[in-house]
Amino acid sequence: MIGWLHPARVGYATRRKLADFGHGARVFYRLIALFGASMRRFGLVRDQVHFLGNYSLAIISVSGLFVGFVLALQGYYILQRYGSSEALGMMVALSLLRELGPVITALLFAGRAGTSLTAEIGLMKAGEQLSAMEMMAVDPVRRVLAPRFWGGVIAMPLLAAVFSAVGVIGGWVVGVLMIGVDPGAFWGQMQGGVDVWKDVGNGIVKSIVFGVTVTFIAVLEGFEAQPTPEGVSRATTRTVVVSSLSVLALDFVLTAMMFSL
Amino acid sequence: MERSRSDVWVGLFVLLGAAAILFLALQSANLLSLSFQPTYAVTAMFDNIGGLKRQAAVKSAGVVVGRVDSISFDDKNFQARVTLALENRYAFPKDSSLKILTSGLLGEQYIGIQPGADDKNLAPGDTITATQSAVVLENLIGQFLYNKAAEGSTPAGKK
Repeated sequence: MIGWLHPARVGYATRRKLADFGHGARVFYRLIALFGASMRRFGLVRDQVHFLGNYSLAIISVSGLFVGFVLALQGYYILQRYGSSEALGMMVALSLLRELGPVITALLFAGRAGTSLTAEIGLMKAGEQLSAMEMMAVDPVRRVLAPRFWGGVIAMPLLAAVFSAVGVIGGWVVGVLMIGVDPGAFWGQMQGGVDVWKDVGNGIVKSIVFGVTVTFIAVLEGFEAQPTPEGVSRATTRTVVVSSLSVLALDFVLTAMMFSL
Repeated sequence: MERSRSDVWVGLFVLLGAAAILFLALQSANLLSLSFQPTYAVTAMFDNIGGLKRQAAVKSAGVVVGRVDSISFDDKNFQARVTLALENRYAFPKDSSLKILTSGLLGEQYIGIQPGADDKNLAPGDTITATQSAVVLENLIGQFLYNKAAEGSTPAGKK
């Protein structure tokens, strides 16, 4: 009953958590330091951008379109109560650029690309391919982890931008073509209310931060997975859970830092 | 470096992403409308600027002719000192007057220039004192209530 409160257990658990944390931080530092090395062998990164970015394009653009549709419908419902349905364009664009574009893209990216990264690296570990590399004096962090990490970091902001752009078009389709908001007011209000640096720029910064977060968690979970089928499945699940929670929590912190000043 | 088949697709993906960023910057944030016209500075003194902000538009006949450059408080005569950056290609008579207006019922506040009739034009560094303050709702309501009270008390005094 009191067993888990035993000082030795608490101490052991704390020490292990700290060790995990330190190990994660060291892998992160190595991945950042390997930026130059990854860029010199760009072929590896390019294949990862292809795998993580191009194959996520369909899910990202279709979701963006539907999020844009729904935003326009819901936004119109709220705005027309205040007799300002012309502001629909601004509302759709601001909510996509500042919030929904980066966040939903990061969540989808964690589900679509993060899981596959974790499973791939975890299976490499389970199949002792990573150990074999080390035997041949090939550093798995440099050869396997870094290209995947930087590929994800490159792909994620581009995907978020595609998401926001498609979402704005989706909002235009529903707002202007279906509901009949004046197109001049739709675009004019949007252009009046959206700032290039404050809104578009900070949205891109957000998506880069989320790209680093999601890809790093996916890569680390795969690298740290127990080398068994069960361990790989658990690591894949953890990737989705941990990166989704991190993205949402970080989003709050970033929003508070960027937009409340 | 070796070329591969995925080059094309990665290139297309990156171009698509860049196009999306460009679309967002140009179409929704309207980067092109930022004017890089050379400007000249004119100072104006207002009794009350209401909700006027930096970068607010300066319009004449509804056309944007400049921006509000800075707003500060003058503690000599307790007025707001607003510096306007007017575009060089537009000249206004020296006795032009300024008004703080609101676009729409709940819109942004901007400055309207009413051109005067002087032969000389505004030069850089000039100060405009013929200004009309922003309408402050509380003052308006106060005035209304005061007038009502005055109306109500006059007949009572006559009796």
